[in-house]
Amino acid sequence: MRILHKLGLGLGLAAALVAAPAAIAQTPPGVLVVGQIAEPQSLDPQHVSAVNDFRILMNVYDGLVRYKDGTLEVEPALATDWTISDDGTEYTFHLRAGVKFHDGSPFNAEAVVFNFQRMIDEDHPYHTGSFPLSFYFSSVKSVEAVDDMTVKFTLTEPYAPFLSNLAYPAGLIVSKAAVEQFGEDFDRNPSGTGAFRFAEWQSNTRVVIERNDDYWDGAPPLDAVVYRPITDANTRVASMLSGEIDVMVEVPPDNVATFRDSPDFMLYEQAGPHLWFLILNAKEGPFANKLARQAVNYAVNKKSLVDNVLQGTASVASGPTPPAFNWAYNESLDPYPYDPDKARALLAEAGVAPGTKVTFYVTQGGSGMLDPVAMGTAIQADLDAVGLDVSIETYEWNTFLGEVNPGLEGKADMAEMAWMTNDPDTLPYLALRTEAWPDKGGFNSGYYSNPEVDDLLARARTSTDQAERASLYKQMQEIVYDDAPWLFVANWKQNAVTTANVQNFSLQPSFFLLLQKVRTG
Amino acid sequence: MAAYIAKRLLALIPVLFGLSIIVFLIMALIPGDPATAILGSYATPENVARLNRELGLDKPLPQQYLIWLGNLLQGDFGRSFILNRPVLDEVLERFGATLILAGTSLVLCSIFGLLAGIVSAVRQFGWTDRIVTFFVLIGISMPSFWLGLLLILLFAVEWRLLPASGMFAIYGGGDLPDLIRHLTLPAITLAVVATGVIARLTRASMLEVLRQDYVRTARAKGVDERSVIFKHAFKAALVSVIPVIGIQAGFVLGGAVYIETVFQWPGIGAMLVNAISTRDILLVQGGVLVVAASYVLFNLVADVVQTMIDPRLKS
Repeated sequence: MRILHKLGLGLGLAAALVAAPAAIAQTPPGVLVVGQIAEPQSLDPQHVSAVNDFRILMNVYDGLVRYKDGTLEVEPALATDWTISDDGTEYTFHLRAGVKFHDGSPFNAEAVVFNFQRMIDEDHPYHTGSFPLSFYFSSVKSVEAVDDMTVKFTLTEPYAPFLSNLAYPAGLIVSKAAVEQFGEDFDRNPSGTGAFRFAEWQSNTRVVIERNDDYWDGAPPLDAVVYRPITDANTRVASMLSGEIDVMVEVPPDNVATFRDSPDFMLYEQAGPHLWFLILNAKEGPFANKLARQAVNYAVNKKSLVDNVLQGTASVASGPTPPAFNWAYNESLDPYPYDPDKARALLAEAGVAPGTKVTFYVTQGGSGMLDPVAMGTAIQADLDAVGLDVSIETYEWNTFLGEVNPGLEGKADMAEMAWMTNDPDTLPYLALRTEAWPDKGGFNSGYYSNPEVDDLLARARTSTDQAERASLYKQMQEIVYDDAPWLFVANWKQNAVTTANVQNFSLQPSFFLLLQKVRTG
Repeated sequence: MAAYIAKRLLALIPVLFGLSIIVFLIMALIPGDPATAILGSYATPENVARLNRELGLDKPLPQQYLIWLGNLLQGDFGRSFILNRPVLDEVLERFGATLILAGTSLVLCSIFGLLAGIVSAVRQFGWTDRIVTFFVLIGISMPSFWLGLLLILLFAVEWRLLPASGMFAIYGGGDLPDLIRHLTLPAITLAVVATGVIARLTRASMLEVLRQDYVRTARAKGVDERSVIFKHAFKAALVSVIPVIGIQAGFVLGGAVYIETVFQWPGIGAMLVNAISTRDILLVQGGVLVVAASYVLFNLVADVVQTMIDPRLKS
C-alpha cells in the first residue's frame, strides 16, 4: 500500500502549502466587510423593497430628505428646505446647489422630475422592470421643475406621510444620465449622489462601494465597503467568528450571547418600527367575538416568547403602533398581561366552548418574521392551555402570503404576520381599515371594521399638523387595543455585531445601515 | 465513435425540451409568484396584478411558454424578474463556480472511493476492510450539510486554518492557492457520500473479479500481487464502476444545491434555491437546462471512457 502513503504525503504537503501563508487574509485598514443575509436584487432604489438591499442603497444614494440620526423624523438632504401649501397638497422643495452624481452629471430639478415620472408613469420610456414601492407616491398628481433648483409636487389629496416616504429608499434620487446610458442594466450600474460610489458587483460574491471624495455632507472615513451575501445564518456566524467579515446583521437569537460576552466583538441593538402579530379572523368562527379576541391576547405568554424563543431580541408589543414611532405611540397602553384564568373566563363569556377548533397559519420564515415556527408552536401550547384546540398549518413564505393576503375567510382563524414601516400611518391604514379588506385591495385579512378607527385614520393621514396627528393615532391605538383585531406579540430589536475595532457604528430605527461616519482602526 | 457521440448529443434535445415543459408546469403549479416575492408584505392583489402586468406574467401559460421557447431558439434566455439581468449572464457566471466545485468533488470521490474499495476488497474481512467499511458507511449515512457545518466549526472557527465561506478572499486573493483554500471544505463535504458509494461498489466489483479464474491463473503464473490487483483485476472491475461515477456526477451536481448554500459558494445550486423560492421562473428554467445538459454530458463521457477501457462494448 505504498501508493496510499505517497498519496497521503502529497496531500499533506499540498495542505501545508495552501494553509501556510497566513491562514486567512485580513481585511486591509479602511475597508469594512459587511455580511449580508442575501444577495441584493438590484441597486436601483426604485426596483427593490427588501431591507437587505436598503443597507447598500442608503450609502450610495440620497433622497430629498432623510431621517435624522437615531429617529424617524425627517431633515433636509438633497433638498435644503421646503414649503407646504396650507391645504397640504403642494410641496415645493429647494434643492441643494453644487451636488453632482457619481457619473459627473449635475443634480437638479430635471433629475428629480425624471425620477418620479419614471417611477409613477407606467408609459415612461424608462419605466422598465418592476417598481414595487411606487404606491408610496400614488398620491402624487404631478411633479414639475419650477426652475433649475426648485421642484413642486402636487398631490391629489393631503397626505401626511409624504415627507417620510421621500426619506424611504423608493424616494432616493438616481442619475438620469446613468439611467439613459444603461437602460435596463442600470440595476447593476448604479449612480447616485451618496457618500459611496458603486465600484463592483460580482454575482453572489460581493458588492463593493468606494468613498465619494466629493460627498456634499463630508467624505466618509472608510475607503470602501464590501457587502458579502451569506445566506445561511450559521455560516454567517462562523464567518464573523473566523474574522472573514467585520460587520454582521441579523444575528440569530441563539448566537447573541456569544457575541455579547466576547471582548472581540461589539453587539448593537436598536428597536425599530416593527410589529409581530397574529391576524384574527373577525368575520367568522370564535374570533368574530371581541371577548374571544381579547381572551387570546391574555392567554399567550408574550414575555416568555420574547425571552425564551427570541432570547431578548424583541420586546413585548402593546398595540398596533410600535414604540419606535415615539411621537405617535400611546405610552398609556400596557401590553395585555399573561392571565390564562381571565382568558378562560372571557372565552366562556363569549360562548366559545372548551375544545373549539382553531386553524392557525404559520410560515416557515420571511421578512421580519423572526422565528415563526417556534413562535407558532409556543402560541399553540398557550392557547391549548386555555381550552382552544389549535391546529397549525405551515407554509413557505411566498405561498403563505398568497394564502393570507387574499383574506382568511373560509380557511383559517388566525395567521402570523409582521410589518416594518416608516410611518405610523402605513400599517393601520393598509391593514385595519374597513376600506382595506382584501377584496378592496388592502391587507385587512381578518376583516376588522370599526368606523371610528376608519375616521381617525383618514383624519390623521390628511392632517399636516404633527401634534394633531399624534393625538389621532393615540386615540386609534386605544380603540384597536380594546377591539383586539390582532394578537399583539412583539416589536423586534434589530441587531448587528461588529469586530471591536469598528468605530462610530450605530443602528437606525429605520432599519437602514448608514456607514458614512464609520471608521476602522 | 464520432457517430455515437453525435447521436447521444442529438438525443439531448428532446430531453431538454421535455424537461423545460415539466419545470415550467411545476413552477406554474406551486402557489405564489414573482410579484409576491418582490412585494413581500406589500403584495396586495392590486399590487400583484400591476407587477404581473409589468413582468408579462398576466398572459396565459401556454403563451408564456411559447414566448420563452421562441426567444430561447434565438439564443435569448430572457431576463430574471428578481435580479433584473439576463438569465444567461447569471447562469454562465454561476455555472463556472459549480463546475469547479463539482469537478473537484468528482475527482476526490473517484480517487478515494476507488482506493478504499480496492483496499477493502484485497483485505476482505481483515481489519483494514472493517475500518475502511466503517468510515465508508459513516460517510454515506451522514447528512452533508451537517458535516459541512461541522467542518466550518473546526477548520474555520476553532483552528482558523481555512475560510468558512465564499470562493475567493475579499482582498489579496484571487490566485490558485486562494481558490484551493476556499474549495477544500465544500469539495470534501460534497465528495464524502459519493466516495462511500463508489467505495462500496468498487469493493463488490473487485471481489467478484478477484474470484475469477483468470486472476487465479495470473497468480499461479507467479505474477506479483500488485500487478494482479491493479493490472488484471482493477481494470476489469473499473468497467462496472465507471458508469456509477457518471451517475455520481448527477448526485454531486444535486448536492451542490445545499452545499453551496452552506458554504456560500457562488454556484448555480445556490442560485436555483433562491430562484425557486422567489418563483423566478425564467432563471429556474435556464439553470435547470444547463445543469441537465451537463449531467447528460458527464454520463456521455463516462460511457465513452467505459467503451475505451472495455473493447467488448465497441461492437
